[in-house]
Parts: sequence; structure tokens; C-alpha cells
Amino acid sequence: MANRALTFLTRTRAGNGKMDWTDWLSYSYLILGTLLMFAPVLWLAVSSFKTEADLKRFPPRLLPYVQETVVVEGYDAPLALYDIVSGEFEGRRLAQIRRVGLVAQMVDPAAPSTRLKVDIADRELIERVGLATENYTELFEQFDFLRFFWNSTFITVTATAITLLVNAMAAFGLSKYEFRGRTFVLMLVVGTLMVPQSVILVPLFLVTKEFGIMNSPWGVIIPGAASPTGVFLLRQYMLTIPDEILEAARMDKASEWKIFWRIIVPLSIPAIAVLGILSVMWRWNDFLWPLIVLSDTDKFTLQLALNSFQGEMSTQWSNLLAMTVLTLLPIAAVFMFLQKYITTGIASTGGK
Amino acid sequence: MLSALNLIMRGIEIPFSFVQRKLGTRRQAWAFLLPNLLLFGTFSLFPILLNFIYALTGGDNIILSDRPFVGTGNFAGFMNCDNFLDVNSCERDFFWRAVWNTTWFVTLQVGIMVGFALLTAVILNRDIQARGFFRGVFFFPVMLSPVVVALVWKWVLQRNGILNAGLEAMGFESFNWLLDRTWAFGWSVFLSVWAHMGFYTLILLAGLQAIPRDVYEAAMMDRASPWRAFRRITLPLLAPTMLVVLVLALIKGVQTFDEVYAFTGGGPGSATTLIIQYIYETGFAGAPRLFGLASAASILLALVLVVLTLLQLWFNRRSVDG
Repeated sequence: MANRALTFLTRTRAGNGKMDWTDWLSYSYLILGTLLMFAPVLWLAVSSFKTEADLKRFPPRLLPYVQETVVVEGYDAPLALYDIVSGEFEGRRLAQIRRVGLVAQMVDPAAPSTRLKVDIADRELIERVGLATENYTELFEQFDFLRFFWNSTFITVTATAITLLVNAMAAFGLSKYEFRGRTFVLMLVVGTLMVPQSVILVPLFLVTKEFGIMNSPWGVIIPGAASPTGVFLLRQYMLTIPDEILEAARMDKASEWKIFWRIIVPLSIPAIAVLGILSVMWRWNDFLWPLIVLSDTDKFTLQLALNSFQGEMSTQWSNLLAMTVLTLLPIAAVFMFLQKYITTGIASTGGK
Repeated sequence: MLSALNLIMRGIEIPFSFVQRKLGTRRQAWAFLLPNLLLFGTFSLFPILLNFIYALTGGDNIILSDRPFVGTGNFAGFMNCDNFLDVNSCERDFFWRAVWNTTWFVTLQVGIMVGFALLTAVILNRDIQARGFFRGVFFFPVMLSPVVVALVWKWVLQRNGILNAGLEAMGFESFNWLLDRTWAFGWSVFLSVWAHMGFYTLILLAGLQAIPRDVYEAAMMDRASPWRAFRRITLPLLAPTMLVVLVLALIKGVQTFDEVYAFTGGGPGSATTLIIQYIYETGFAGAPRLFGLASAASILLALVLVVLTLLQLWFNRRSVDG
């Protein structure tokens, strides 16, 4: 049995183009995997378009529904429409003004002047498939979503720019110069690779505090800007650039900075792009350090805002789900467009 | 935009040219290293040293001069156990709960994750239609933020969620998954595997693709069974990559915090509190803020990480040489 199972794992399809049972098993596994990876996220996205009342429903319905409403003369807000299924007004379609206990005050949209009293058991809500887009618009009107979005964007963009410049410079210094102390610096970088941010939280807190950048985006940006991973990734790449190019430029009296900026950086774009994508991902998704640094709600990144909203009992799932979707959207978009680049980049560098 | 960038670069060139005239070309490397070394020194090296000072002092003040020296008291507190297997007999029982939770968590998570990553990589390495698509599918959750991952699964698992609806439709009872200690822990492991598996799949797939095809063709000529080919060719040739993946997964697994914290908050009780959360809560979330204890715990964690990283570097070198 184990033998047969492994046959399936190792054999590639025979050249005749016919599917054998190992192919069926492989594709079943992959399709099941696709479901497991995508379906939960898709379910969240669909749910984010449901009204709060619909979200509380059990068992949940697959598609989002909204109430059918009607504008009745004499009433400012649109009123919910109901079919009356039994009792005195059976067969009519009425709009509800308000509900008092077990009785609903209703009105016929065609004759808005007379109010009718209907037993609530006699009416049935009219719904149609539709999107509760107010979940999203409320984020902008009531929840200051744009501020969190801006905080996240500012931190991500600034930190990535600083990381790229500072690490490219260091990688250039470590790959294209022979100087005393180079091995020492390299060992130092390897050393810090072993000690991630998460194990120096307390002293890092003090240092950040002493610089006066606590509770500021800079307190998030600066401490992680010199990433040893980044220096390594770029240095490995720059080592492959032939030194003759540099010598030729020096003959032409180019300054060292010009060599770096005009020759090395353009030639290293593939590696810089990989580091750029990784840095955007790290920064956008960063959680623990911002959680320690940022204490005012209006300084929060999207991740912090999302986490603190889910903790508040008063928060409604409808807005929380919509916010989750908006948080994952930028990364999903980046992934869609750069998928091939990201996966090959990570496979070749071994990631972080 | 581009011209602004050019202007900035011109601006930087001025001090650099000055340094070049003063120091000469070769020693100019230091000018390129300076910003990085400053950041490294201030925000990595210096804090590493400071960490020991915090670990050797007590009190709840962050300012060093106001902290009383307690020697190895913080470490001794951790080790003050009648029986190390029974957390309730320890002076710092919360610490030991976190340690044991992390141990279990990492063992299960790394085992399951690397197993499935290997299976997925082997399948993706077959002659599969739409391989790029499937590879992307399994990698996709890696890009999601930990908080989003936590919320996605919280929404599936909540009391009125779709999983419970499915269970009731099949005649089972619905269940409050995250209020049960064992289930909350199990789902935390699952969530973490779900979120990170694609990353290791990708590395293993690259390792598989590096195995030359003609080795398999030679084996087929010798009428080796596919099982034999897998055991005698694929596994040995993939072993260096497997080791790197295992150690990398261990290093990251030990540091798990974000997704589990956003998912369960460490609860119910302390059922899913991992070691980083212990450090965070001891040093930053609780009152009083016991920085000394948090630092001592992070030094113990750092020791584990250093050993693991040395292992990784050693394996890396071996896989490059061999």
C-alpha cells in the first residue's frame, strides 16, 4: 500500500497524454488545497457585503441580501417593504413605519395617509440579492479608515525607501572594496541575523524612547531599517557584477558615489526589486513592534486598528469584515501582478 | 519625481566626494557602510548588550539608573520549580505555561507544515497543468497579514459561523471552538500551518527542481521502482534543502506571536499563550511592567535561536560545499 502511494508521489505522467489514477489523485489534492486556501478568504469577502442583521443569521446564507425598501410620501427615510401573508390585509404589500411590541405600524405606499396596524407574525420581509455597501462607506465616514490607511502607507513606503538605500550602500561597500575590517563587519551582520527584533524588545523600547520617537511612525520605521537579510541579499547579487566595469568607470574619473548610483544600482535592480517587495510585505503586515511603539489610536497602522476593533465588543462584524477586506486588498493586488516575480525571487533567495 | 531623486543623489555626492579626497578610494567603503552601521549599532548591537543589564536588574522602571541590581534573581525565579513538568509547582508558572505551549506548538506546527509542504512540492513537481497557478494558490496566504489570517478563520469558526452551520446540516452539534482549550490550541496550529506552508513549499519545490532529470532516467533504465527512486534519489538529494527548511521553520515557529495573539489573545485562560506573548505581556501589556523578567525570558529565547541559526548556517555551508 505504501509502495503504491509513493508510486503516485514520484511518477510523472506517461507521455501518452492519458490521465492515470496518480494524476487524478494529484489533481484532487490540488483542487482540495485550492478550496482550503481560497474559500475562507472568499467567504469573508462575500460576508463583508452583508447587513449586520444578515450576518447574525444562523445558518448563514451564501449570498448577501438586502431589504427591499420604498420611499413613501411624508416619511424621510426609506421604509422596509413586507408581504402580508395572513390576517386582515393578506395579499397586500405594505411598508413598515415602526414596530411596537408585537404590532407593526404599516402603511400602503399607494395610500400613505392611513396607518395600518399589523400583527408582526402576519408579515414577511422582502429581500433581494444585493450588496450592503454601507459597510464600506461607514468605514470612511465613522471609523477614520483613511487615517489608518495613510499611517500604514507612510510607514511602508518610507521604511522601504530607507531600507533599500541604506542596505544597497552597505552591500556595495561590503562587496566591491577590499579594506581592513571587512570580515569583522560581515561577522557583525551575521551575528545580528541571529537576534531578531522580538528578543530585544525591552532595550529597543528604551533606545526608541530616548530618541523621542515613541508613539510616532518614525519609531516604527527607523529601528528595523538596517535589515541584515537585505544586506546579504544585495551583497550576494553585487558580487556577481564584474569589477572591470568599476575600473573602467574609475578611469573615466567617475566619483565612487556616481559608480554606486549610476552603475551598481541599475545593474542590481532585480535583487533590489526582490528586497523591495519583501520589505513592503514585512512593513505592511508588521504587528508586534508597532503594537509596542504606537499607543494613540490615531497613530495606529491598519493592522493595529483591525486588531483593536475586533477586541471591542461594540464593534460590528459588518464593518470589521469590510475593513479586513480593504486591508488585504493592496497586498492581494501586489501579489496578483507580481506573483511570478515574488515566487521565483523567494525561491532563489530562500526568503527571510 | 525622478528629477527630485536625482537632486537628492547629487546632494549626497558632495559629502561623498569630499570623503573620497580625504580618505582615498579604498577606505571610502566606510562611508558607504556608515548609515547602516549606525542603525545596526544603535538598534541591534547596543540593545543586545542592554538586554543583559535589564535581565540582571529588577523593578518596573525603564530608566536604567533607577533599576535595582538583582543579579541572576530573574533567572533563578524561572528555575524555581519543584517539578519542571508540573507548571503549578513553579514560581513563574505563567512563564512555564508559555514555554510548554511553545514547545508543543512548534513540534506540531513544524511537523505538520513541513510534511504537507513536502507533499505539495512533490505533487507540484510532477507534470501538472497550470503549475504556476497552483503554486500561487498555496503561496497566497503567506502574503496575508497575521491579523487578517486570524480574522478570516475567526469568522469561519465563530459560534454562528459557516463551519458550525455545515456541522449542523450534517446532523452534528455546533461548537464554540475558541472557548475550548484543546480546540483553540489545535486551531492555532492549523491556522499557522495554513498561513506559512506555501513559503516552505516554494523552497522545497526549488530544491526538487534542482535535482537533474537524468538521474531519474538512469534509475528507470535500471528498472528501479518509483518508490525506490524516491527513497534513494529524491530524499537524499533533497536532504540539504529539507534540513534548511526544518531549521528555518523552527526558528520562525518559536517566534510565533502575531496570528495566534490576534486569533485567541492567548486564551482561553493561557491555553495558547506562546513565549513571545509572555515577553510582551510581562514587559509591556501588564502592570507593573516587569522589564527584567521580560529581558531574562528573551535572553533564554535568544539562546535557543542562536543555536538554531548556527545549525542553519552549518547546514547551508554543507549544502553549498556538498
